[in-house]
Amino acid sequence: MANPGSKEGWNSRLGVILAVAGSAVGLGNFLRFPGNVAQHGGGAFMIAYVISFLIIGLPICWAEWTMGRSGGSKGFNSCPGIFNAIWRSPAAKYVGVIGVLSPVIIYMYYVNIEAWCLGYAVNFLTGNLDFANAQESSSWWGNFIGADGDGDALRSFGLGGVGLYLLAAFVLNFVLTYRGVSGGIELFCKVAVPTLVILALVVLVRVLTLGTPVPSEPAENVNNGLGFLWNPTKTFFEETDPATGQPLLHREVVDKDLITQFESQAAAEPTRYRVYQVSLWHQLADPQLWLAAAGQIFFSLSVGFGVITTYASYMRKDDDVVLSGLAATSANEFCEVALGGLITVPAAVAFIGVAGLAGVGLSTFDLGFKVLPLVFSEMPFGNFFGFLWFFLLFLAAMTSTVSMVQPGIAFIEEALKTDRKRSTALLGLITAVGSGFVLYFSKDIKALDTLDFWVGTFLIFVLATIQIIIFGWVIGVRRGFEEAHRGSAIRIPGIYVAIMKVVCPVFLLTIISLWLLTKVFGVNLTSGHSQLSGYITDLFVEPNPVAWLSVGLIGLLAVAFALIASTVRRYKDYQKQEADQ
Amino acid sequence: MTPAGWTVMILSVGAVCTLFTWCMWKVLTTPEETEHMKGIQDHTPDERD
Repeated sequence: MANPGSKEGWNSRLGVILAVAGSAVGLGNFLRFPGNVAQHGGGAFMIAYVISFLIIGLPICWAEWTMGRSGGSKGFNSCPGIFNAIWRSPAAKYVGVIGVLSPVIIYMYYVNIEAWCLGYAVNFLTGNLDFANAQESSSWWGNFIGADGDGDALRSFGLGGVGLYLLAAFVLNFVLTYRGVSGGIELFCKVAVPTLVILALVVLVRVLTLGTPVPSEPAENVNNGLGFLWNPTKTFFEETDPATGQPLLHREVVDKDLITQFESQAAAEPTRYRVYQVSLWHQLADPQLWLAAAGQIFFSLSVGFGVITTYASYMRKDDDVVLSGLAATSANEFCEVALGGLITVPAAVAFIGVAGLAGVGLSTFDLGFKVLPLVFSEMPFGNFFGFLWFFLLFLAAMTSTVSMVQPGIAFIEEALKTDRKRSTALLGLITAVGSGFVLYFSKDIKALDTLDFWVGTFLIFVLATIQIIIFGWVIGVRRGFEEAHRGSAIRIPGIYVAIMKVVCPVFLLTIISLWLLTKVFGVNLTSGHSQLSGYITDLFVEPNPVAWLSVGLIGLLAVAFALIASTVRRYKDYQKQEADQ
Repeated sequence: MTPAGWTVMILSVGAVCTLFTWCMWKVLTTPEETEHMKGIQDHTPDERD
């Protein structure tokens, strides 16, 4: 082999742990997780979440670290090369292409979201954001990102437009990646990850000491916010029209006094009002909860992205992967549960109440860019805390995007035998076109949403499933464990032999099937009714040009990367050499 | 928040804090593993050729 070993490597174990943790910590930890917990009920969601963590999160994580280091010790740093080295099959390099395609495509839209965070941070710092209600904050967000029409985001290039921030974030990502694995990515993550944790702790203290910020609304307080998030039993108040039986109002109630008040109302007029509880066990019986918990673990840990595999390939063959994998994972969980789980929703409930929050929505973008800017506007010293919060989100996004560039750089360097300068320039050009595409087609964030659905959700499920099957059935769990334990400070518990071979693949295949049923074919698992999802109707029922262009972009890059992988002499030579032996 | 809610929160937050603290302690106290896995890079990769 002309170039059997990588010229790059990590500088320290803590550095690689922080880089992987930084890759995993993102908006999902601070916005998606609390939204999910609040929606599905704290106790039930956490049970499903912990189980998913133990049987899919950790196993896939360890498999990726082990396979990445193994591929790296054979001289490969890109997913196609690593897969080709550990799986003797001509298909291996093409499967590995998913590990390049996914982070490159995800980078294209995630860097846009990163730019939003930077834009909000700057605008809070300069005192430009002051909202009186959710309509105002939603409207500002829509104008800022150009949600009303394609091309609208390009109209303003000042502080109030997203273009300037996108340019800054984009350049910063590529400068860091160009500096190399240890000189750029590791150095940045060593500073950025502790900084974002400190910023989150400052905001957390502020939120937990808010008490009841609006005295005229005693039900709107931090305690009820925490209850909305963590109470295992959910209480609902329902109003129906006695004549028609049509529901008029349905809302969750957390405040004790309000529950007592509604119960009196229900006792006085039982045909119109009803207060009922949904128990933890009833919530656990809902397949949607399991889908949400498994999905959260999946996206939160950055498994199935190709990032961990690429990062681990820069380790030496006897560097620890088991403890490093667990440590990076635990850092992500700390940020998600202990920080994300205590900041977002309690702050929102303290200012706009449970009903107000439910009215705006609990999705990542609703919480992050409609609710929280409003909350900071109403908070004492809100500009300062708003700046801290959005700057920490920017850092969290930045440590993720910088990791998404590396798999593409590694592939281009390996496949085209080029140096860092040229590979950075080429990938920069490709992702600039993609990021510009997402920026331009901003109407209803259609391009971003379509790319996120097919790549950021579907493809990473596919890659993670393939990876755990390769680890459990192609390499073999016993051999895989031997490889993982080389140089490790701790050992993987024996029970994981069965988990990684059988339980994890079966669980993942079940989750993928459920996901396809509910999110693609739109089957309601409770009622059995089905309605094709918007992602399918956008393509085949009422074709949407932007959806088609987005899918076309994915297809074009997939074909280009596959063609490049097919021409790499080293991959063929390696398989031939292995077969001869 | 109900007592059950407090229990869920304390268990969840306590568990991740314990795991994270243990991992960091283990990483930082494991000998010969904390520094210089491959050596410091002073230059970008292409400059080293």
